[in-house]
Amino acid sequence: MSKEPLSIADYPLAEKRPELVRGKRGKGLADLTLDAVREDHVVLEDLSITADALGQQAEIARAAGRPTLAANFERAAELVDVPQETIMRVYELLRPGRAASKEVLLAAARELGETYGAKGVAAFVAEAADVYERRGLFKKRF
Amino acid sequence: MADEPRPSPNRWKRFSDWDERPLRLDKFAIEDAEHGFVAFASPNDPRPALAVSGGSVEAMDGVAARDFDMIDVFIAKYHLDPVVAAEAMAMPSLEIARMLVDMSVPRGELVRLAHGMTPAKLAEVVAHLSSLEIAFAYGKMRARRTPGNQAHVTNAKDDPLQMAADAATAVAFGFDEIETTMRVARNSWSNAVACAVGASVGRWGTLFQCSSEEAEELKIGMAGFTSYAETVSVYGTEKSFIDGDDTPWSKAFLAAAYASRGIKMRCTSGAGSELLMGFHERKSLLYLEARCLCLQRAMGVQGTQNGGIDGAPVTCTVPGGMRELMAENLIAVWLDLECASGNDARATESEIRVGAKILPYLIAGSDLICSGFGSILKYDNSFNASLLNGEELEDYLVLQRDFEADGGLSPVEETRVFELRKHAIEVLSAVLEELGLANPTQAMKQSVAAASGSDETASFMPRDVALISEAIHERGITVVDVIKALAKRGFVEEAQNLLNLVRLRVSGDYLQTSAVVRDGRVLSAINDPNDYAGPGTGYRVGEGRRAEINAIRDVLTREEVLRAEQVHKAAESRRIAYRTAGSAATSTDSRDIVIGVSPAFGIKLFQSVAGHPLSAILRELVQGIAEEGGRARIVRMKHTADTSFLGLSAARLAGSGIGIGLQAKGTAVIHQKDRQPHNNLELFSNSPITRLEHYRRMARNAAVYARGELPEPVVVPTRGEAMGSRYHARVSLIYAVETEMTSEGAAPEELEISFLGASA
Repeated sequence: MSKEPLSIADYPLAEKRPELVRGKRGKGLADLTLDAVREDHVVLEDLSITADALGQQAEIARAAGRPTLAANFERAAELVDVPQETIMRVYELLRPGRAASKEVLLAAARELGETYGAKGVAAFVAEAADVYERRGLFKKRF
Repeated sequence: MADEPRPSPNRWKRFSDWDERPLRLDKFAIEDAEHGFVAFASPNDPRPALAVSGGSVEAMDGVAARDFDMIDVFIAKYHLDPVVAAEAMAMPSLEIARMLVDMSVPRGELVRLAHGMTPAKLAEVVAHLSSLEIAFAYGKMRARRTPGNQAHVTNAKDDPLQMAADAATAVAFGFDEIETTMRVARNSWSNAVACAVGASVGRWGTLFQCSSEEAEELKIGMAGFTSYAETVSVYGTEKSFIDGDDTPWSKAFLAAAYASRGIKMRCTSGAGSELLMGFHERKSLLYLEARCLCLQRAMGVQGTQNGGIDGAPVTCTVPGGMRELMAENLIAVWLDLECASGNDARATESEIRVGAKILPYLIAGSDLICSGFGSILKYDNSFNASLLNGEELEDYLVLQRDFEADGGLSPVEETRVFELRKHAIEVLSAVLEELGLANPTQAMKQSVAAASGSDETASFMPRDVALISEAIHERGITVVDVIKALAKRGFVEEAQNLLNLVRLRVSGDYLQTSAVVRDGRVLSAINDPNDYAGPGTGYRVGEGRRAEINAIRDVLTREEVLRAEQVHKAAESRRIAYRTAGSAATSTDSRDIVIGVSPAFGIKLFQSVAGHPLSAILRELVQGIAEEGGRARIVRMKHTADTSFLGLSAARLAGSGIGIGLQAKGTAVIHQKDRQPHNNLELFSNSPITRLEHYRRMARNAAVYARGELPEPVVVPTRGEAMGSRYHARVSLIYAVETEMTSEGAAPEELEISFLGASA
């Protein structure tokens, strides 16, 4: 896709570019009605953000001069399909003293990259492993 | 005995008075940089410096890259923009400080420069600004144009019925966000459902968070109940961070995780946390906070809850502490972060310090002025009391009106709030019943609707709540189940409101910087950017908003005052009759004392401000004069309504040369015919506290003066009441009735009065 990135003129997407807004199962905003919820045509999954939406918000954030916020949205886009348990496990490993060695963190990074295609987050976790080693954070604290 | 010296106090007793003031409960700490008690500049703070080579940072604020702690690493890599850094770091700090308060330097240019500044540089720049300049710069630099506010909604029993009623109440007052937490950790799911449902009553768009343990909070968010999170704390020293059980990478990962679930998120940091945690590295509060804020921008969070927060009370113990809290908020918005600007943890027992603390934020505006405002009573606040609380909410509403400043809230009529509370309780009860979670009784509901706080309720107790909460969690109930339950029970509006809020996640528009929902639209720093560039620009209180802010309760109108007088008129007609007896003449009787009453006296006005019927005042005056051997004559003045001139004109008609001037509002004077108008014998200017006995004594004194003697002047005791604030609006309305009836040169008129049967 080589189309122009979104700009701040496209924001808010729900108002300016509603055709771009889709839930996880492809439903558009107009489909997400109360009647549809009552009839079980809309479930919680339809009310979740998608990697596409986060990518679009990243483009808008970058256009608004917020590159670090855009980078966060891009990491988030990679995590959309990572199961909650995995997210909480990696978060726990990133806390001080949880991983016993650099290798444990690097393994978690590999898992994110290889299993979920979360390359950016994987690099981010690997970077943490380097810093933790230098700062002595692989010590057990409790 | 009487002549023996009494024991003499060994202090000026004013200090004893001061000892009793709430202020003395506040404790203050000496400035001590070695031990971290310094707001702005510790001798141990580094000098701003940056060495960049080949696009990577080699040294920052006096630390070489090889010695960087994990915070330095993160800031150097993710915050600092090397392209801007050379330019920004080379600029004199004073010059940048001046740009911050220069309305002709655009916000965007300053944000660009901040991205090239180290923590020490940012701290050094804002330290050049006075409190006034910081407030001004804050108003210019904050990200979103329209100000907003956040509330705490909690209660001491974790009672879901009260939670729902209080959430609906907070929404009605206009809060953009509400935040709850629990007394008992396991009650989080119940709190989340109760607040989410309560916040769907009345309108939609109030964002909601349930502050709990990290993993639990994310789960509650994933179930759809909450829409934002702000308890992701960061710290300014490595050891504090580690004791906080996190690192910049773990917190940045969590930030991405929240965004991946479509949940708005901000970090939290504030001065004093490192001091409280014992790892301040002998640095100033502001420098450590500048590190926290650079870190947050580096992590890519859209905003920060900042301004002391839990560290605000200790920060306010040091000299310049409140100025420091403003300065760190300024750095936050300068870095282009949404700022929920503290003003939460109650940093003082002094109401004067509270009012002073909030004012700069109220007039400068802020994304969320408080983070949050205790919308409930102090004892119900499970975060601990806020700077402003349910007790003081009306004070805040009046401050908005006083300064014509938008503090994010609007007054709500008493009957409307009560209806909303009752409705919210019914709505939540239906959800609890429909989902088989609980069956609230009529008595429980009634006790909660009227209760100001949980001490007055007979409702769910924490153990009942734990059962509800665990059932929600174990059965995997989600917001969709709640929406369906609402719809099934006929609460379609609330079901739709809640659905609208959850649906925000799909586009993710509200993940952008400073996003709130107003009138069904996401408003953020992107589509509502702060464009302040001097007078006439930026956020202005428009006519519609002004009318909302002004609509506080119990506002006096002229019609209301005159209506009250009509009621008094009927009563007075049974107590006194006035008969006019032609133009008043000057008497030669040396016992003659004239009471000169004002033009509307007994015609349009019938009761003094103190509430005395005018007939009762006249009776005291007539009898008092008689008691000292004088003879009272009553004359209506038509040329003046002014007390002094009433008195002087009366004195000139009196054979004794002594007159009493009396306005219908009760203000009186004893005058003598050869004195200057405003140089009277005795003045009774505080009519609201002038009692009938004072009028009696005033009359007796007039008669004593008439005999040529000098009486003991009557002193009406005052306890320092703010008489003007209590009465001046009414007095001005009443007095205008008097002045309307005056006509220049009109002759005084003799009045004959007779007291009738009915007594006052």
